[in-house]
Amino acid sequence: MKLAVPELSLVALVGVSGSGKSTFASRHFAATQVLSSDAFRAMVSDDENDQSATADAFDALYYVAGKRLTAGRLTVVDATHLQREDRAKLIALAKAHDVLPVAIVLDLPENVCAGRNSAHRGLPAQVLARQRDALRRSLRHLQKEGFRKVHVLSTVDDVDSAEIVFEKAYNDRRELTGPFDIIGDVHGCRSELETLLASLGYLLDRDADGRAVGARHPLGRTAVFVGDLVDRGPDTPGVLRLVMGMVAAGTALCVSGNHENKLIRALDGRQVTVSHGLAESLAQLAGEPEEFRAAARDFMYGLVSHYRLDGGRLVVAHAGLKEEYHGRASGRVRSFCLYGETTGETDEYGLPVRHPWANEYRGAASVVYGHTPVSETAWVNNTICLDTGCVFGGTLTALRWPERELVSVPAERVHYEPVRPLAPPESLAQHRKADLLRIEDVLGSRTVETGILGRVKVREENAAGALEVMSRFAIDPHWLVYLPPTMAPCATASAEGFLEHPAEAFAAYRADGVSEVVCEEKHMGSRAVVVLCRDNEVARRRFGVADDTTGAVYTRTGRSFFDDPARTERLLDRVRRAVDRAGLWAELATDWLVLDAELLPWSVKAGELLRRQYAPVGAAARAVLPAAVSVLERAADRGVDVAELVARQRNRAVHAEEFTAAYGRYCWPVDDLDGVRLAPFQLLAGEGASYAARDHGWQLALLDRLVAADQDLIRATTRVVVDVRDEASVAAGTAWWTDLTDAGGEGMVVKPFAGFARGRHGVVQPGVKCRGREYLRIIYGPDYTEPAHLSRLRQRNLGRKRSLALREYALGLESLARFAAGEPLWRIHEAVFAVLALESEPVDPRL
Amino acid sequence: MLLTVTTTHRPATDLGYLLHKHPDRAQRFDVTTGVAHVVYPEAAEDRCTAALLLEVDPIELVRGRRGSAAEGFSLGQYVNDRPYVASSLLAVALGKVFGSALKGRCEARQELAATPIPLEIHLPVLPCRGGSPLAERLFGPLGWSVTARPIPLDPAFPDWGDSHYLDLRLAGTLRLADALTQLYVLLPVLDDAKHYWVSVDEVDKLIRAGGDWLGAHPDRELITTRYLAHQRRFAEEALSRLTELDDRPAEAPESASAGHDAADDRLPSLADQRRAAILAELRACDARRVVDLGCGEGNLLRALLTDQFVTEIVGVDAAPRTLAVAASRLRLEQLPERQRDRITLLHGSATYADSRLTGYDAVVLSEVVEHVDPPRLPDLASAVFGAARPRTVIVTTPNVEYNVRWPTLPSGATRHPDHRFEWTRTEFADWAEQVCAAHGYAARIEPVGPVDPEVGAPTQLAVFSRESAVTR
Repeated sequence: MKLAVPELSLVALVGVSGSGKSTFASRHFAATQVLSSDAFRAMVSDDENDQSATADAFDALYYVAGKRLTAGRLTVVDATHLQREDRAKLIALAKAHDVLPVAIVLDLPENVCAGRNSAHRGLPAQVLARQRDALRRSLRHLQKEGFRKVHVLSTVDDVDSAEIVFEKAYNDRRELTGPFDIIGDVHGCRSELETLLASLGYLLDRDADGRAVGARHPLGRTAVFVGDLVDRGPDTPGVLRLVMGMVAAGTALCVSGNHENKLIRALDGRQVTVSHGLAESLAQLAGEPEEFRAAARDFMYGLVSHYRLDGGRLVVAHAGLKEEYHGRASGRVRSFCLYGETTGETDEYGLPVRHPWANEYRGAASVVYGHTPVSETAWVNNTICLDTGCVFGGTLTALRWPERELVSVPAERVHYEPVRPLAPPESLAQHRKADLLRIEDVLGSRTVETGILGRVKVREENAAGALEVMSRFAIDPHWLVYLPPTMAPCATASAEGFLEHPAEAFAAYRADGVSEVVCEEKHMGSRAVVVLCRDNEVARRRFGVADDTTGAVYTRTGRSFFDDPARTERLLDRVRRAVDRAGLWAELATDWLVLDAELLPWSVKAGELLRRQYAPVGAAARAVLPAAVSVLERAADRGVDVAELVARQRNRAVHAEEFTAAYGRYCWPVDDLDGVRLAPFQLLAGEGASYAARDHGWQLALLDRLVAADQDLIRATTRVVVDVRDEASVAAGTAWWTDLTDAGGEGMVVKPFAGFARGRHGVVQPGVKCRGREYLRIIYGPDYTEPAHLSRLRQRNLGRKRSLALREYALGLESLARFAAGEPLWRIHEAVFAVLALESEPVDPRL
Repeated sequence: MLLTVTTTHRPATDLGYLLHKHPDRAQRFDVTTGVAHVVYPEAAEDRCTAALLLEVDPIELVRGRRGSAAEGFSLGQYVNDRPYVASSLLAVALGKVFGSALKGRCEARQELAATPIPLEIHLPVLPCRGGSPLAERLFGPLGWSVTARPIPLDPAFPDWGDSHYLDLRLAGTLRLADALTQLYVLLPVLDDAKHYWVSVDEVDKLIRAGGDWLGAHPDRELITTRYLAHQRRFAEEALSRLTELDDRPAEAPESASAGHDAADDRLPSLADQRRAAILAELRACDARRVVDLGCGEGNLLRALLTDQFVTEIVGVDAAPRTLAVAASRLRLEQLPERQRDRITLLHGSATYADSRLTGYDAVVLSEVVEHVDPPRLPDLASAVFGAARPRTVIVTTPNVEYNVRWPTLPSGATRHPDHRFEWTRTEFADWAEQVCAAHGYAARIEPVGPVDPEVGAPTQLAVFSRESAVTR
């Protein structure tokens, strides 16, 4: 005996004590799928027969069942289910999770149960008799109570031969991979539909009267209709005939729209208000033969309310569908599919106000729908509405999947006057409402899926630490498409007197199997990410910003680099002109760019830091040490033995001067942009592409052209390419670093020349820094080079820093890739926010 | 760091007895933060100078720390003036190295120890929050003639001005013990920072050290306050780390008292009036379940808690630290259960839509919008009026026109350093109108505080009511 059970359902076993429910469950279902009341009684009371614990046991059982159903897992409840109110709770639970309730009844002969009972539990005979009574009274009501399937096993043979057959949900067509052409609301516009199908490449089949009765695509594409084929338009029967033919031939799928739903009820003779173009359908169908009407009625009646397609990547429903409802079946899921979610309010035209579910949509599947006429289609959080109001004189639109191309044909005329005007092209304000970020996009313990490292975990406390900075200080998240990752230093130097030295940087890449590296000068200013648009129009269109800005310049934590927006715009303007002159817009086929850069001098951003921290240390040291030397020298003159002490203070006095000189090199006066230098060292992204993983030869060649275009502002990044397997090349690289740092340079960054590289242990560090001996005085203090200090400072642990650098790098690439691919704002912000959250992890900031 | 003590009392070399340190030997003493040395650059009959030189171990200073900051996660720790200046580290070394002298004990010259003698003190680098006037104020009344020269920050950058260090010379006739205890107490006071955690026994130390002279000092209040009240909250680590990434000085985030009501201290009742106005509006629209979005340290929450009219209160703030302060100020842990159940604190932000905030009668944004950058205001409006969408939204914000009525507020300055803008009455009304049009609300704006015929009231309050039937 085969028992059909939907793949996702809540199964109630029904039967008296001793009817063999648990045995049946264990034979047909996985142990984890079965929730038994006995087990839960034992869990809450230590006694599976303690009837006083029943209420608590079921509380816990339903809680667990709810978790399983939320996660989309088949769940079997092993309890007697003899009382109507017990079953009602179970049915309510199924409905609350939009899954189908199923009953499997074990109605075995009395003697079988009694025998098992005496062997097992020993309930009094009158209890069993009462149970049998209750079961008998229950049996015929099960269907009516709401169980979608009721299987009754009445003999031991039935039970022994039972076989569970799992049924896929009607909406589950994930095995179909298309490619698809998803077509918006047709509303009886048969002629436009024929034109659209033809322009999509379909060949129409016509009957003897020349009527289109089917269509097929030579490349085997499948059309998917989002519903509302009928009403309002001039030829509802013609549209039905064509689509019915296609669906029957397997060249199309169709979901039900609300108009089909109402038309069926009208055709079935039910009382409906004839409005919104229903009259036209009824009149047109009246002219068709009875068989056609019957076939059309049956066709529409058989339409499911949504489909999951293409491995679950695509969901089609007439009015859209929120993620919790994907693949579910219930009255309210169907209602959502047909009508959307209404707020209960009505608008000034008396039409229901729809809840903007798409604004909150965070699902991975793309949802394609119709229902609400719009004058232009636009992706909102991975959803798109294809109803472009053909019947109202708009267009009929198709979405090619997986290409994501839109194809549309204009209406031949206004077939039907709209009650309210078509929504104008989405205003910027609406767009911004649609991509409003939600607190659950960033808070809590989260993982972000990255292309190169897989799932990157963000701890809850780190996310919490970042929220304040992000919400109080960061610029508009629309501009914030990237935050720079941190960078690890090279391993601690083995060379005497050094904390960092190129030898270790080269050796590390050699060990990773990376042979060619580029050594880039590390500019000593403040990190600045530059987002640049050709004009404000691009900024509005591509970044969704609502003001007159044409870009942004921001710091490592997403704050605006300059307090004065006008100064930012002046800088952007200079860079824009350099990009113009360098011809990069056309060459990269983009009208916006994201650059990673250092903005110099350091004193522009760090002025306060210098005056409050660096300069005072220098001032104090320079004042006190000569005084100490003088005191000690006078003591020495008196014959007191202070030779060692005075030598040390003389040394420290020199360090104080060196420290002062070290930070002083990175300070010079600026007046607005005069004196400001921008040193871009990486092109991060442009239209349709993240450049962040491209090789540094490509990067630097383009950046050199920017430098050439505005030498006063844009500073070149000097570099040398080193083959780490070649001793001479390594020596040349080391000499280059020595010269650079001797001349006061901060140091260098060594990167795999290829940009992105994998080595023996996975992704290789995208760069390691190797800082100069003098520069490190402003990190580790004036006296760090003293052997006694240096030897202790060398005890530093780089492991966490390296791990952090890689994770942030992965997140940075991810946010750029997502932005370049035009993904929803929340997806970009999620990755950007994660970088900031990771940066609040406690790792030695000197590394 | 360096301190020299000179006397011209004859025989000046008696200084060696008073200090218990022989003038002809270099002596070293291990102290917790490094090594202290005592040497005499001069020791003659007519003039004798002892120098205390403290070599601070900068690595140990960072790595040897205990407690939350032990690992040294602040970038500034190695670039630190402590190894060079006369701070509490020197005071501690003074106490240890010259302990007997500090107590005025000297077996060999007890009478001299009890006698005022001519003394000169030199501190080449004294950190002094308050500059030379403060040094004068604190040492002058004790009988010192004070010569204080500010030390420039960096001669290469003259426009950076002077540092907060003084080259300080004191001259006077005092008992040596008094001179030393004065330094012991006043070095940390002038520096206004201490290297160790202030605890209760500090009070005893202060009384012991300052007993003889502190009671009569005209600035004793300042001295005790600064000496004892340095329980500066440690900056929340995460925040200071992120601040440093931006090349900003790491410091304690804006302190509690500098919250958005601080500026109103000029007019102490304004914050109260604002809260009263908000409560009255909430009653008027029968709002019993209320969200205080941007609750800060909970001043409004406390007012809401005491009003039984309000049945459910949610306080939201972006800073976990601030929420913790709010929880402790409201004594949430000690509230009776029924009171406790009325209030929830949530970590959140006004610029993110938050489903936890839907379904309430009212959302209050009291002195919040002016802390949000203008480009993010549309997001705030969408999150509050679009997503949370309560029946009533109450917004209060300063009326910038009124600022001219505050003589202490410099022209053009905002009332709080974090205010991104302050609106005129027209600007506020324009914003309210835009919000209403975009989200289907109607607004009414009321003045809060004394209404000036010309410039209006100091605070403006808007009540937004959701238009129930019509939504755009």
